[in-house]
Amino acid sequence: MKQVDTAEPDSGDVLRAGPRGVLGPSWNLVRRQLQQVLAFASLIVLVAFFAIANPNFLTWSNLSGILLSTAVIGILALGTTFVIITSGIELSLGTGMTLAAVMTGVMLTGWGLPLMVGVIGGVLTGAVIGLINGLSIAVLKIPPFIATLAMMLIAQGLALVISGTAPIYFTDVPGFTDIALASVIPGVRLPSAVLILFALTAIAALILAKSVLGRYSFAIGSNEEAASLSGIAVRKWKIAVYTLSGCFMGIAGVVLAARLNSAQPALGIGYELQAIAAVVIGGTSLQGGKGSIIGTLIGALIVGTVTNGLRIMSIPQEWQSVVIGLVILAAVYIDILRRGR
Amino acid sequence: MHEPLLSLEGISKGFPGVQALSDVHLELRAGEVHAVVGENGAGKSTLMKLLAGIHQKDADVIRIDGREVDIDSPRAAQELGISIIHQEFSLMPDLTIAENIYIGREPRTGLGLLVDDRKLNRLAADLFARLGIELDPRTRVADLLVAQQQVVEIAKALSFDARILIMDEPTAALTESETANLFRLIRDLRGEGTGVIYISHRLGELKEISDRITVLRDGEYVDTLPTAEAELPHVISLMVGRHLAAGSRTRQGPQTDRPVVLEVRGLGDKGLLDDVSFDLCEGEILGFAGLVGAGRTETARILCGADRADRGQILLRGRPVKIRTPADAARLRIGYLSEDRKRFGLMLDQDVGFNILASSLADHANALGFIHDGPARRSAQTYAEQLRIRTPSLRSEVRTLSGGNQQKVILARWLARDCDVLIFDEPTRGIDVGAKEEIYELLDRLAGEGKSIIMISSELPEVLRMADRIVVMCEGKVTGVLDGAAADQRTVMEYATRSGAHGGIAR
Repeated sequence: MKQVDTAEPDSGDVLRAGPRGVLGPSWNLVRRQLQQVLAFASLIVLVAFFAIANPNFLTWSNLSGILLSTAVIGILALGTTFVIITSGIELSLGTGMTLAAVMTGVMLTGWGLPLMVGVIGGVLTGAVIGLINGLSIAVLKIPPFIATLAMMLIAQGLALVISGTAPIYFTDVPGFTDIALASVIPGVRLPSAVLILFALTAIAALILAKSVLGRYSFAIGSNEEAASLSGIAVRKWKIAVYTLSGCFMGIAGVVLAARLNSAQPALGIGYELQAIAAVVIGGTSLQGGKGSIIGTLIGALIVGTVTNGLRIMSIPQEWQSVVIGLVILAAVYIDILRRGR
Repeated sequence: MHEPLLSLEGISKGFPGVQALSDVHLELRAGEVHAVVGENGAGKSTLMKLLAGIHQKDADVIRIDGREVDIDSPRAAQELGISIIHQEFSLMPDLTIAENIYIGREPRTGLGLLVDDRKLNRLAADLFARLGIELDPRTRVADLLVAQQQVVEIAKALSFDARILIMDEPTAALTESETANLFRLIRDLRGEGTGVIYISHRLGELKEISDRITVLRDGEYVDTLPTAEAELPHVISLMVGRHLAAGSRTRQGPQTDRPVVLEVRGLGDKGLLDDVSFDLCEGEILGFAGLVGAGRTETARILCGADRADRGQILLRGRPVKIRTPADAARLRIGYLSEDRKRFGLMLDQDVGFNILASSLADHANALGFIHDGPARRSAQTYAEQLRIRTPSLRSEVRTLSGGNQQKVILARWLARDCDVLIFDEPTRGIDVGAKEEIYELLDRLAGEGKSIIMISSELPEVLRMADRIVVMCEGKVTGVLDGAAADQRTVMEYATRSGAHGGIAR
């Protein structure tokens, strides 16, 4: 074929300041951050709306309540952000979290192990679930949707079997509820679960932005074949990503159990979808290759705020999920508009 | 003389950045098999897609039976009696033969809500009887052999009462006896007055099946010859008759005193490669020439760990090595630059720096896997500057760069990984002329620095200019190893079309 003039963004050598050198990156940066900016703006608008609609909304106790109820979904969403950036999906979050909570319950109340061991056991349960997901996806080549759907059912069943279908109460385990509900900062009534969420957000953001694992997640999600041909051990890193997500799942399980002071084996289904919704609202693309942790945190807060705000306005629960559904549609459609170039 | 069945005049088609066809003409008579040949990228596929209504023309006149027609959709092509059989099959494996043939126009029953299976199968059976095909229309396509699927494709094409049949590399997947059967069917069709446009890389079989041969080159019409008068070497010279790209040969040719870096011995891969052996010396540019499907890319993909060979041995600096994954290849410092950069090379969503560092990121990370941003960024910057990658910044998305600069990004990736065996697959494909020159200089410079380079290219002038030695492949075999300084286009093409020959160890 013959070449006719090819448009080339020819603006001098690397990093030499030309007109593009100044405009290009900054505009890129704006466009890249647009989804987060939009998500943050909608969060502010939502808070303002609910504050006007109901004066009780903007009280400290209500706000910290929102944060507390956001914590579990937020922690789940942080882990699954990595998975979704690799263009995978994780459906076993909810029931896997429940299984982790039940395991913690068995270790602490059944076997009488020390508190710390029970907590670590719960987190490890999540990690093992994630590891198995990673192995079935990366080694057995089972599509993520199917692999984690199967794991969702397996974890749900195991949680019921191990607990004997009855809730496990932690009333005899001193200090357990403090994991989620203690006020750590003197003078500020902010439950520790919220601090855990914030700390994990910082850790996840660091891993995503600064670690090899984070970069490889983007590489795999952008172009798995090219990533592999670049010498990235894609299988190994996928397993690592699902295991990391599993760790977050385990932590969420422990936090939920501590908040409820019990492990409820029947709970869990539906949490995975709320977590995925938070990730998507936060601007992470289900096609992979794009996403951010801060976006996910904002997304989780939006889900929490809408739920709480509608409740405080006495709108029935049935309608809350309708609204969340509409929010997801709007968020993803905005993302499509943004990419439409 | 009769009015030709189909005549094309002044066909032009441009894509952004590329003029795929300019002023091509072609004439197809009823009852004729008309072969269209040309090198990769000569414009054959574009021409066929215009006829099939997949692409729309820029400027042209298409006449059928002397009447001017407009082919603006695949549907319009069908209605005009044009059917195309693509290189890749478009059959749905889980449906039956009959369902596949009449998909979208099944006979209906029950208020038009149900498919009338009985009538459907009868229609297919009648069609097969007419064509002399012995297949049960109720067989699932997945249960058919490749050749039988090919027959179903042809039957489907003819079920539209096609008078003009376009076949794109129909024998690519067929064995010899299956090819013979296909040719018998084509001859029958020819006898009934169907016009066949036959595209193939296998020049040998054109002699057997075609009546006339039209040669395209670089999107332009070259010549049409009656097959009976066409000598293959002449056809080849028409196909390649291109001028050497500007800039003269800078390479010396074979150097026997250089140490051998890579030895490939008896590489075989089920039907794709057969006993491929060659040596690559330090500081050498080893050109790989051959037609599409000759096995050059397959060889490269085995060397870079993307595919695995059934047989054979690879020695790196005298030591046998196992390359099972691309990660293995990268550890052995073998880098591969694919012909399809967007699919197999770049992470288009990510920025330039990210893409450069994709292979060497772990070198800049601490024990916990966290990256030292400063050194990583400096490394990316060093290679970007060294290769003179033109980008507004390392933070720009790699998709915004030109083809030549994208190519350099992938090269930078492998240099950052400290690779000293570099495999370039079509290094200048989709790159404009000025940037090509830059890539050539770069190849020269890298070889001068002691890198060992394999350069696969379908552009002969490029191979002749750049290669110290040229490995020529045909149908999965090495048919010759030529001195790059002494070889010319005709010699290379002769080796490239030498089916059945065998080369021995290339050194």
